[in-house]
Amino acid sequence: MGFWEYVGSRHGQLLTDTVQHAAAVFQCMALATALGVLIGVAAYRSEWAGSLATMTTATLLTIPSLALIGLLIPVVGLGVAPTVVALTLYGLLPVVRNAIVGLRGVDPDLIDAAKGIGMSRAARLLRVELPLAWPPILTGIRVATQMLMGIAAVAAFASGPGLGNEIFRGIASLGSANALNQVLAGTLGIVVLALLFDAAYVLLGRLTISRGIRG
Amino acid sequence: MAEQPGEQPYGNGPRAREAAARPAGSVGAAIRLEHLTKVYPGGAGPAVDDVSMEIGAGETVVLVGPSGCGKSTTLKMINRLIEPTSGRIRIGDEDVTGIDPVRLRRKVGYAIQASGLFPHMTVAQNVALVPRMAGWSAARTRERVEEMLGLVGLDPGEFRHRYPRQLSGGQQQRVGVARALAADPPVLLMDEPFGAVDPVTRDHLQDELLRLQRELRKTIVFVTHDFDEAIKLGDRIAVLRERSRLAQFDTPEAILTHPADAFVAGFVGSGAALKRLHLARVRDVPVADVPTAHLGDPPEAIAGLLRDGGTGAVLLLDGDRRPHTWLRRGDRPPAPPPAAPAGTPVTGTVPRDATLRDALEAVLTDPAGRVAVTGPRGEYTGVLDLATLRGTVQALLAADRAEALAHQRALRGAHGAGAGTAQEGPGGPGGAA
Ligand SMILES: Nc1ncnc2c1ncn2[C@@H]1O[C@H](COP(=O)(O)OP(=O)(O)OP(=O)(O)O)[C@@H](O)[C@H]1O
Ligand SMILES: [Mg+2]
Repeated sequence: MGFWEYVGSRHGQLLTDTVQHAAAVFQCMALATALGVLIGVAAYRSEWAGSLATMTTATLLTIPSLALIGLLIPVVGLGVAPTVVALTLYGLLPVVRNAIVGLRGVDPDLIDAAKGIGMSRAARLLRVELPLAWPPILTGIRVATQMLMGIAAVAAFASGPGLGNEIFRGIASLGSANALNQVLAGTLGIVVLALLFDAAYVLLGRLTISRGIRG
Repeated sequence: MAEQPGEQPYGNGPRAREAAARPAGSVGAAIRLEHLTKVYPGGAGPAVDDVSMEIGAGETVVLVGPSGCGKSTTLKMINRLIEPTSGRIRIGDEDVTGIDPVRLRRKVGYAIQASGLFPHMTVAQNVALVPRMAGWSAARTRERVEEMLGLVGLDPGEFRHRYPRQLSGGQQQRVGVARALAADPPVLLMDEPFGAVDPVTRDHLQDELLRLQRELRKTIVFVTHDFDEAIKLGDRIAVLRERSRLAQFDTPEAILTHPADAFVAGFVGSGAALKRLHLARVRDVPVADVPTAHLGDPPEAIAGLLRDGGTGAVLLLDGDRRPHTWLRRGDRPPAPPPAAPAGTPVTGTVPRDATLRDALEAVLTDPAGRVAVTGPRGEYTGVLDLATLRGTVQALLAADRAEALAHQRALRGAHGAGAGTAQEGPGGPGGAA
């Protein structure tokens, strides 16, 4: 069976896997963004807290994804849970690091001006610091998403959702008629998804980054 | 120097005097700094050491002093961007040393160098920030934004939707001032707000601020290290030395003519001399004479003048006695007309009504360092050179200094350490050479 023939015959399953893959990455990324920005906000003012946050998240990233998921199975069980935990943890690093860099990079004169015109701590953060740090944070999110696309495939190892199932099935039945097609379909799906997500981020950037600071 | 019966205790400077009607918005509130001290952690000594100052409601006080003397630190303690180590701050009747700083800052406008505009917000959003925080309705805020932009000379229709990076430096400064004034605070703090723009624009912005202040009568504390700016804007000027200690706190006129000590005199220094040049006119100055001859005079006579004249130069006048050509020793005496005369044609003259500043300009640009002075119809009346100018200015300054001394003796005799003057008694001004 040729590749496209295979895709045609299995399009229902492939579509489900693709949607689940995208959904997993998207939701975990949303979670990682929220957590990452919170950690960044909590840590950026202090030298050591910032280093600690960056170092911890960086260390997480050095653990091979397969190993992390394997380690998570006894703790959270099989299926969706280890996928979500692993993806969120991996997604944190770029967001945390860029949030800290972005927040620290805000011109101190502007902070002074914000204080000087009577903005409260919260107002300063929400209306001045985060909007100005947003472009680097968004870049972090973009990088993290690309990374999660690949890592999400490994989640199938723990019976997680997504295109990884195609790839694992193919690898498990190497030598059989459709093995290569399965691996290829899973991989291609991930690549296409990654490109679509990236395009979405470009659009998001145009919508959310003020024209006043857009490069 | 006749003073009006002042409704403001300190509003006796030239600017306050010009103020006409009472403005509609909130007028200034008096500021009282009591023994303010700031010690930065790790600093060798206090950056601001025991400063006490009273600033009247509606008054513009300019803090000037050398770089690093603590001007910004002092200013930022007024809105507690920097918390004082000790001392108290009062605005109006309220002791604001301990209140919520956010509440304090709503009453105190703040404008800084490079405008401090938020780059991700439009001009309108920047200006609207404070009114919105103060809980104004959207409609009232919008109206206020238009009003403020108009007030600082920016067309709302054109500028409202621009981002700060789409503005020139001067326009950004205007928006910065508009933002600081938007919620109508009684007090306005300005830290070198015009420091980053070119001199022409700065002059413009200063004029604008003066006009605004005539309308608004805010209490303004303005920091600069440009003494000319201080003279132009201040009802009173506080000259600060290191650690923000008050060297002199007085009207610009008084500081110019009666500097309290050598430090102030040194700080006023060149400014005073140039200022003097602006105030004196050529007709008040003794001009020198040079040998003159007429264009048609016989060459032998002119040659004789050149040889025996003593100055080494002869000025040739035309038929109306207007300066025409400079002849120097070595120049060939002119052939009889119509041949073109030798020598250097006179390019610039100064009328007797010109200021000494203009005369100095002409002398400095003249190749021979002297300039012919002319009467009402352009006729020659004399010559001014650098040595004469310098002598004149030095005489004027010496007279000023003598007057200052006398004034200080009178002051000391009248009321010892008078209110609002220097903390450190006026040291001997003898060093002001
Ligand atoms: N955050 C800080 N920590 C420690 N020292 C500081 C701090 N800010 C200012 N200083 C010191 O305090 C002194 C006064 O500083 P300040 O900024 O008030 O000077 P300034 O008069 O405004 O000078 P300039 O004209 O250069 O703006 C300086 O010696 C400066 O080094
Ligand atoms: Mg300063």
